[in-house]
This record gives sequence, C-alpha cells and structure tokens, in this order.
Amino acid sequence: MSLLSVEALDVRHGLLPAVRQVSLTVEEGETVALVGANGAGKTTLLRAIAGANHVHSGRILFEGRDISGVTAHRRVRAGIALVPEGRRLFPGLTVEENLLTARAAGRRGPWTAERVIEAFPMLRPLRRRTARNLSGGEQQATAIGRGLMCNPRLLLLDEVSLGLAPIAVEAVYASLRTVIESGATIVMVEQDLRRALQVAGRIICLLEGRIVLEGRSAELTREQIAEAYFGLRGAGGLERA
Amino acid sequence: MDWVNAVVQGILLGGFYALLACGLSLMFGVMRIINLAHGDIAVVGAYLIWVVVDHTSISPFAAAVIVLPIMLVLGYALHLLLLERSRRAGTLIPLLTTFGLAVIIQNVLLQVFSPDVQSVGGAAGDITTASWQVNDQLSIPVVGIVILLVAIGVLGGLQLFLTRTSPGREMRATAEDSDTAELVGINSRAVYARATALAVATAALAGLFLGIRTSFEPTSGSMQLIFAFEAVVIGGFGSLWGTLIGGIVLGVAQTVGAQINPQYSMLAGHLVFLAVLASPRGGILVGRWAQR
Repeated sequence: MSLLSVEALDVRHGLLPAVRQVSLTVEEGETVALVGANGAGKTTLLRAIAGANHVHSGRILFEGRDISGVTAHRRVRAGIALVPEGRRLFPGLTVEENLLTARAAGRRGPWTAERVIEAFPMLRPLRRRTARNLSGGEQQATAIGRGLMCNPRLLLLDEVSLGLAPIAVEAVYASLRTVIESGATIVMVEQDLRRALQVAGRIICLLEGRIVLEGRSAELTREQIAEAYFGLRGAGGLERA
Repeated sequence: MDWVNAVVQGILLGGFYALLACGLSLMFGVMRIINLAHGDIAVVGAYLIWVVVDHTSISPFAAAVIVLPIMLVLGYALHLLLLERSRRAGTLIPLLTTFGLAVIIQNVLLQVFSPDVQSVGGAAGDITTASWQVNDQLSIPVVGIVILLVAIGVLGGLQLFLTRTSPGREMRATAEDSDTAELVGINSRAVYARATALAVATAALAGLFLGIRTSFEPTSGSMQLIFAFEAVVIGGFGSLWGTLIGGIVLGVAQTVGAQINPQYSMLAGHLVFLAVLASPRGGILVGRWAQR
C-alpha cells in the first residue's frame, strides 16, 4: 500500500480548473519533486493534499484511507504536514512559539523543538525573537522546523527556496538533507530544476494542471524535463505552433 | 479635593468598564468579530445571577460561581451554532448576526422578567455600602476596589493564558493566521469557540458587578455595549492592557464630567471617545482595523 495515493484529482479555484485528473502515488521514504511553470497547479495540488484547498472530484488516500473530505487540522493529526509557500509563520509569535504551535497536532515522534534547533543551528540564538524580525532564510528554517514538529509521515514542502539568498538556500537544503536521510517521505515543489534533480528520487512535471512527465531523476535528462516543463511535447504545443 | 475624588471614583468605575470590555476586546482580537450582543450577554449574566439569588438567597458572589460555568458553555455553543457560520460569510454578517441576537435577548428578557428594574446589591450585603473614609471629601467604596482588582485579575489572567499556555499560544496563532493554524494541526473552530466562551463568561462577571453596583433592566445591555466599545476603542483595538487603560480613561472622563455638571457625565465620556477617534491615533486604529 502506498503512503499517499491521489486518484483522478480535480481541484478548482472558483470555475478555473487548477489541477486536472492528476493521479500519483508516493511510497514511504520517497522524495518526490513537483516541477512545472508558474500556474501549472503544483501549489494547488500540494494544498489539496494538505486539506487547504477543496477537492472538486477524485480522491486522496493516505495510508489507504480516503481523506478527501477531512479538514486540514485532522490531516495534520493523521500525519500530513505542509510547509506553505511564503513561509506563513505566525509573525507575532517567537521562533520557539511558532515551533511549539505544531504540538497541537498531538503527534509524538523524533522531532522536538530541541531537535529542530540541532538540525537548523542558525535558529539557536533566535529562539526568543519574533518571527516578523527574522530574515527570509531564518523564517524558512523555522517554517520547515514547524512542519517537522508535527512529526509527519508525509512532509509537503512548497517552494522552500523561493525568495531566499543563495547562501540561505544552501543552509536550508543542507538541513533538509539530514531530514531526508532520516527516512522522511517528502513531496516538494521546487522551481530550481538542478536542485530538484539533486534532492529528489522522482520528478513529476505538471503543465496546466496535468501530469505531463514522470520518472526517476536518474533516468530523466534535463532536456526531457525542460520540454515537458514548457509544454513542447505531450501537450501538443509544438504541433499547434 | 472634589476633583481628586472624581478622579479616584473614575478609576474605580474604569475597572468596571475594563471588565465589561475585555471580552469584546478578546473576541475582536482573536476573530475580528465585533459582538454587538456583548452588553446584552452581560445583562443575561446579571439576570441569571439574580434568579439564583432569588431562589436560594445565597450571596450573588456564590451565585456567580454557579452561573459562570453555565455562561462558558453557552458561549461555546453560541460560537458553534451561530457565529462560526456567520464568520465564514464575511465581515458584515457577524455584525448583523450579533445585532439580531441583541434584539432577541432584550425581548426574551422583557418577556420572561418583565420591564422591572432589578438589582442584586441588597443581597450582596454590607460590601455594597462599605467604604474607606480617607478624609471628609474622599471615601473609597470597597466594591469599587473589588471590581478594579477583579478586572486586573481577569486581564492579567487572560494575558498569562495567552502568553504562557499551549491553548493560549494556539489562540494567538489562530488570531494571526487561521488558515496556517489549521496546517499545523490547530482546530480553529474550537479555538474560536473557546475565545467566545471566555468572552461570554467575562461579560457575565461584569453583569454580576453591574447588578451589585447599580440596577439593570432588560434593555440595559445597549448602554453597556457602548461603554465597552468606547473602552476598547480608546485603549486600542484588541489589546488587553489597552482595554484597562481605555476603561479607566472613560471612567475618569465620566466622573470628571459629572463633577463639572451632573448632566455632562455621559457626554464627557462620548467626547473623549470621539476625540480619540478624531486624533491621529484614531486614524492609525481605523487603518489597522481596515487592514484586517
């Protein structure tokens, strides 16, 4: 049984279809990267899995159980945590308080505030600083730490490198590597293709809400992905042009 | 010395306004709902305490110990049954819902209890009339001190709850970003219901002191709402200690106004409220409110 399986999922923003007929499975311990151009539906797909966007049709199964109609906070309790795009920390709470909010999930596990700070050493001197006074990289580390504090079986990471200085991206990914090596299951949205290929075992490319390419990162060439990314193949972009 | 007396009485009165206002402030701070039934809920609390006192002839303070848990439950239910749905419909709907609730409460109270004026001051015993005579012109009523201390205790307790406990931390997180709160496993509906429960219970506590200090009737709630609202605005929306300051400023304005001419009591309070709104600070407050 797959940890996560999405079956013929449709998600809409009002009348606009953002995710169309997407089916995918994620096995325990995998790291999967969702790539695709802006507006391809990556974030919407991730948010639908986390319960932040409503499912229009199709099903989401987690540990074999249909969770399509379950509220977001119950999905966290079941073991799905999303680190949302733009960090979305609680600005008036301190770093430590932000981490501790995740205790509401009520999931015990390896990740405690202490362990998060070990994994993200840059947070150590900042524990009592309010989140609004952090740099982008520090905010991102806190946001990932908060996601980990939910002790999820499935961690969803949305654009963790967006808007960060290159050095901050390095630091965040260095810490993520420890997380991945600890056997976590991760689905991530990553704009930087090179990095997605480095970190993820499998790549799923979305175009206009559909999956146009899927494969092991070792077996895909950058050219293949780039073609799918821009819709030069499969979606019939070239033929139409 | 008369002026000193007016200011001292005003500070004590301010304690009552702060107690009345803190629930309004909490609900606004946590879920951006202005509860127009807040004053009437305080009056409901006063009536429930009066009923218990009337049937058992225990002191109103003991009656409050029975009534406050009931009000907590009513507040929790009020959110789940009424406010949660209207909250999801935008900012205007909760305003209309609570306005309708206020009208309903007043009419039900009128039906059940008749328009007679009630008080629990007599049943409270000597505390209502006891005072410390500082000198000829200045005497400090014991009940006023009690109310001020209770207000400080409630505000301090709420502050500690919000900053030092996990449910309080979850409440602040939900107030800042309820969607993200859901994503870390916080049940935002339950958090909002807890905030409403606390607000309703503190309103009932204010109702106890309303009934002890003076008297109340089914329509008393509207005026209490205005006082509470003015205290919240003067103190800055959604800030708990600001609410205490706001209550005291309002109370002092009223007693000093009354010192000039007894007719100016209410007017002076309203003028201070309007002055705060018209000041640059008022502009900032309104702007901050509009952002939310």
